[in-house]
Amino acid sequence: MTREKASGSRNSFVDLAAQIPVGAPILRAQDIRVRFGSQLVLDGLTLDVMKGEILGFVGGSGTGKTVLMRTILGLNLRESGRIEVFGREQGKLSAKERRQVEQRWGVLFQQGALFSSLTVRQNVQVPMREYLQLPQRLMDELALLKIEMVGLPREAADKFPSELSGGMIKRAALARSLALEPQIVFLDEPTSGLDPIGAGAFDELIGKLRETLGLTVYMVTHDLDSLASICDRIAVLGDKKVLVSGSFEEMKQFQHPWVQEYFCGTRALRR
Amino acid sequence: MAQNTQSGRDDGVSGDEAVLVLKGRWTLDEAQLRESELAAMIKPLSGRRVVLSLAEVAVIDVSGAWLLKRLERQLQAAGRELRYRDLSPEARELLKEVERHHPEAYAKPAAVSPFLKVLDATGRAALAVYEDALALVAMLGSIVQTLAAAIAHPRRFRPISIAVQFQNSCIGAVPIVMLMSFLIGAIIAQQGGFYLSQFGADIFVVDLAGVLVLREIGVILTAIMVAGRSGSAFTAELGSMKMREEVDALNVIGLRITEVLVVPRLVALMLAMPILVFLADLAALFGAALTCWAYLGIVPSSFIIQLQSAVNVETLTVGIIKAPFMALIIGLIACIEGLKVEGSAESLGKQTTSSVVKAIFMVIVVDGFFAIFFASVGL
Repeated sequence: MTREKASGSRNSFVDLAAQIPVGAPILRAQDIRVRFGSQLVLDGLTLDVMKGEILGFVGGSGTGKTVLMRTILGLNLRESGRIEVFGREQGKLSAKERRQVEQRWGVLFQQGALFSSLTVRQNVQVPMREYLQLPQRLMDELALLKIEMVGLPREAADKFPSELSGGMIKRAALARSLALEPQIVFLDEPTSGLDPIGAGAFDELIGKLRETLGLTVYMVTHDLDSLASICDRIAVLGDKKVLVSGSFEEMKQFQHPWVQEYFCGTRALRR
Repeated sequence: MAQNTQSGRDDGVSGDEAVLVLKGRWTLDEAQLRESELAAMIKPLSGRRVVLSLAEVAVIDVSGAWLLKRLERQLQAAGRELRYRDLSPEARELLKEVERHHPEAYAKPAAVSPFLKVLDATGRAALAVYEDALALVAMLGSIVQTLAAAIAHPRRFRPISIAVQFQNSCIGAVPIVMLMSFLIGAIIAQQGGFYLSQFGADIFVVDLAGVLVLREIGVILTAIMVAGRSGSAFTAELGSMKMREEVDALNVIGLRITEVLVVPRLVALMLAMPILVFLADLAALFGAALTCWAYLGIVPSSFIIQLQSAVNVETLTVGIIKAPFMALIIGLIACIEGLKVEGSAESLGKQTTSSVVKAIFMVIVVDGFFAIFFASVGL
């Protein structure tokens, strides 16, 4: 009985995704409207992300891809609309419920957002330290495992973010976003700044994590290779809403000048 | 979760082989419990081969897979063997993935003896003093160079930049500097008056307040306020520009940091300080006069007559002449500390702190030198 108690202690995460079947929406955004001052950024945007899928989110610069991600995460206020993550409406959660959700998602910010006064290893351990009481040894090993999984060299573990290259910062930030074994990860341009080989390995890792852990991935990206190789579905943001969503092939068929240019332009054809 | 009470048991020991059945969730939040359970389960086993059955494992994630892999390594090192049974395809993939990125045994960095640490810190501190001095000289040289160039081409003085800095560090500081000086003047008069009135020498409180405020208090207090207000702002501005590589960008574009960032701030501050000190003097004397009137019954007209005999223009200039030097010290230290900021937020905080601390300390040291100097020239 004592063990049972220990395992049911405050350390345990709530398996929020468990009751959602694979293929059902794990994240729903409905009629989102976001305004900055007089500028309407998103208007009437509706988007579902299904459990277990890798969704690639594209759109021209300044169309509000990052704004949408930040709105879903609760970092920006929305004027109207409804956002559900794990079937729970964001903005109406108690502090405890909110923490439960935060324990089950991982976020990779565009600039990495690593804590500049901590080493990479400590950065990865921040969420573990906050929510779990793991022995230091196990925490070190898990952090190093994650750091290796994202393709960083061993020496990087004890470096500070200011000593890393842009691509390494991206990888370290991914390692941190995966620290708590999240059920959904939000990646903001994860492969920008990586060399093609690194970007390929990154895609492969994301794909593998999805296969093995049933991860759901929401990925803002401009990388046509990522979009074609690992994304199950692509959503295009334009005119303040989701223009279209579907497979890579469907994107090519869609009649919209920007979408045509993007998926059938010279860069796309060169692939 | 109920079966967690006994998450594994020795199902059958046939000769060399022991089969363990793992149960429950092997996830990160349970990792601590699983780690100790696994260790307890393995300990009594002595057979050469251990077989883990994962048939009853509900979930396994990277941390669970790591615990199993770690055990496998340990057993291998002891010449034993670990096999898996009833692996789901996902678990197999996961174990493979963990195997592929298996980190080497983590070695803690060697502990350094406290004696060496003290020695190390002392050495570093001494080196830092030397580097500070070097940076100060380099910065001064670069400023003189910039000023010399600016005299030939007055446009390089960047008047707009100076005006903006002046607005921030002088005009913005007026209310707080005057308020603080007013209060200090009032307090000096009240405290002085309390003791002097015991000797019937009330009127000399005017001499006391007048000389003290004009020669020392006005300039010192203003300098401390400016160090806390503008000095810290300079350090934080330059420091965050350094962090975001804006300083590097300026360099690459061909703009000189000293000319663009440092000189406008220094010039503005050196113009601002005498004005602030003068205003502070006025406010402090006003405060003193009010206290004298209310507390000691010295009416303003006799306060002014007494003040005229107590102080002269020299008393005022002795105070104000120090102001630009104080400004130079504060500005120089602030800019040097700002440009020392490295990549982390922590270093920005550290440099800002040390900028203010060093500036205030140096202000007081320099004030001491001025006191010696004025005494020896008979002012």
